[in-house]
Amino acid sequence: MSSRGHLQPWLAFLGLFAAVALPLDAADPARLLSREGAAGWSIILLLALATYAAVKAERSAVTAILLAVAAHAGAWYALEILPSVAGHTGPGFWALLFTSWLLAWRLVSQLAAIKPRGGLGGFLLKLVVPLIFGIWVLIFWEVIVVAFQVPRVLIPPPSAVWAKLTSSIPILAADFRQTFLKAVIAGYAIGCGAGFLVAILVDRIPFLQRGLLPVGNLVSALPIIGIAPIMVMWFGFDWPSKAAVVVVATFFPMLVNTVTGLAASQPMQRDLMRTYAASYWQSLFKLRLPEALPFIFNALKINSTLALIAAIVAEFFGTPIVGMGFRISTEVGRMNIDMVWAEIAVAALAGSVFYGVIALIERASTFWHPSFRT
Amino acid sequence: MVQATAVLPRRVEGKPGQIFPVTVVVVAILAIWYVGAFFLNAQLARDAFARQKVEPTISQLAEATFSMERPLLPAPHQVATELWKSTTGYAINSKRSLVYHGWVTLSATLAGFVIGTLLGLLLAIGIVHVSSLDKSLMPWVVASQTIPIVAIAPMIVVVGYNLMNGQLGLSTDTSRFLAKAMISTYLSFFPVTVGMVKGLRAPDPMHLDLMRTYSATSWQAFWKLRFPASLPYLFTSMQIAIAISLVGAIVGELPTGASAGLGARLLAGSYYGQTVQIWAALLAASILAAVLVAIVGLANRIVLKRMGMAR
Repeated sequence: MSSRGHLQPWLAFLGLFAAVALPLDAADPARLLSREGAAGWSIILLLALATYAAVKAERSAVTAILLAVAAHAGAWYALEILPSVAGHTGPGFWALLFTSWLLAWRLVSQLAAIKPRGGLGGFLLKLVVPLIFGIWVLIFWEVIVVAFQVPRVLIPPPSAVWAKLTSSIPILAADFRQTFLKAVIAGYAIGCGAGFLVAILVDRIPFLQRGLLPVGNLVSALPIIGIAPIMVMWFGFDWPSKAAVVVVATFFPMLVNTVTGLAASQPMQRDLMRTYAASYWQSLFKLRLPEALPFIFNALKINSTLALIAAIVAEFFGTPIVGMGFRISTEVGRMNIDMVWAEIAVAALAGSVFYGVIALIERASTFWHPSFRT
Repeated sequence: MVQATAVLPRRVEGKPGQIFPVTVVVVAILAIWYVGAFFLNAQLARDAFARQKVEPTISQLAEATFSMERPLLPAPHQVATELWKSTTGYAINSKRSLVYHGWVTLSATLAGFVIGTLLGLLLAIGIVHVSSLDKSLMPWVVASQTIPIVAIAPMIVVVGYNLMNGQLGLSTDTSRFLAKAMISTYLSFFPVTVGMVKGLRAPDPMHLDLMRTYSATSWQAFWKLRFPASLPYLFTSMQIAIAISLVGAIVGELPTGASAGLGARLLAGSYYGQTVQIWAALLAASILAAVLVAIVGLANRIVLKRMGMAR
């Protein structure tokens, strides 16, 4: 571990040397980083300082800040000169990018080694590390697509997706309203609610539990998305048919998880409730449902992404001329791939936020659970 | 309830019997299905009778609703007949044979499942052993599943095609296969990664300490302790993964203009209103999923038994 950790700054040192000595532009060998003027020199200086700090001082806040600034300034500069060298990037350019990336990696492994003391600092740390990872995925995506001039219809650079995203907000908002606010939310609420109620019924009647659960387990492994054409036939082209698919898709995970959760309380605890002469409903509400909460939230979290996917897929089987699935399938046909990616970005963001909200509610209501104790 | 359990002979050993309740539930589902088919199709059937100016009796009406060409809800026996006809009635390589379509889907499913499992394993090993990967990669593994992969499916087809012959155009069978396998991979790596991270961390800290007192390398600790301990997690994850990769393959056949596969059958049935065909394809997919999950479950039992870990 530590030997690998020591390697990065030395590699960064070599990379920095290459970045300074080699041309940025393969078509114009005289174009060096040091000849780019004040910006070039400040980048060189920053990278050199950060590399030196990484070699010299193992772990300190100053090193971390230097690394963060230098790595991202280097990446920013690489992106800045990228359009002028697209198609003929020189070795100096790649060395600059590589050096910045090494320093970012060094920063991440330094941050990951910190033991968070909880509170705001720990929360920020948990947020920053994956954020840096994500930023670098975007940087490499942009650089590779632009530098090798990959056709836009194959895969657009993030900058083009961003431009499309900001310029077509009304369309995206309409699609979002149709697919997410109408179909997903309605279907999710009905599906999870029905799954929950049936689970309590199943729990009350052991015969159903033995008969329905194997069938339910089987169905939850099936490709439920396949029922989309049937639902479109039954409920028409508009959002109710998509909501129906979501209902069916979310019902079984909820059913299976809730039944498992209701069985999760300890026999001792149930016996204790019996010695208190608690009725079925009292022991359900005071003991077994709270014990089942982690399982129920597990189903809610699984369903949050499942619902979005089900609704989008269902739109491939026929929809009015609005909706995320509709937009994706038509814009692919018209080779507007940046619009498709904008739609994906919205969907990913919506899915993540939905998941995050459920996770926050879970955190607040099952704070007693061992997995949250620190 | 209390009285019932007192009267019925109780099974002392093993689980309580499941065959009888499952049979009852299945029969109930079939009964509901028939009733549903009657009521959903009744209007269509009445219209047909009205055109012939015949006043149908209830039994005539029922017979008509259960044997319609394009019903809203086909009766179970219609679906079963269609399934039987389209699996055994045609040559295996015929475009009308469900075996052919099933194989197209199954091949992509299996390819995606194998690659996805290997990828998931690699990621899990990396995440367990490298702490910076754990911190930086793991949140993205979770976030990756919030992206509706089917949204990317059509693009993956174009990319898959272009990677192979470097030009734009209509996609071929091979590129569709690659695209579907990639979607299946994407969907199936996630449960394996998450399950295996948990599984590789499952060994008791005491055991890990013991390995350290033996001065085992992390490689040895992995093969002799972590990996064997994680096998139950691996198989559970693989059961989820194989079911989900079948979904991926079917979904991958939807938006890509594929002409073969169970998903393409669903889409074609939807375009031409061939309800019975949709239900047959759906049932075929269900059977395929059940068989695949059962095979992984069987492998699980055999391996754990050989390792002496069977419960």
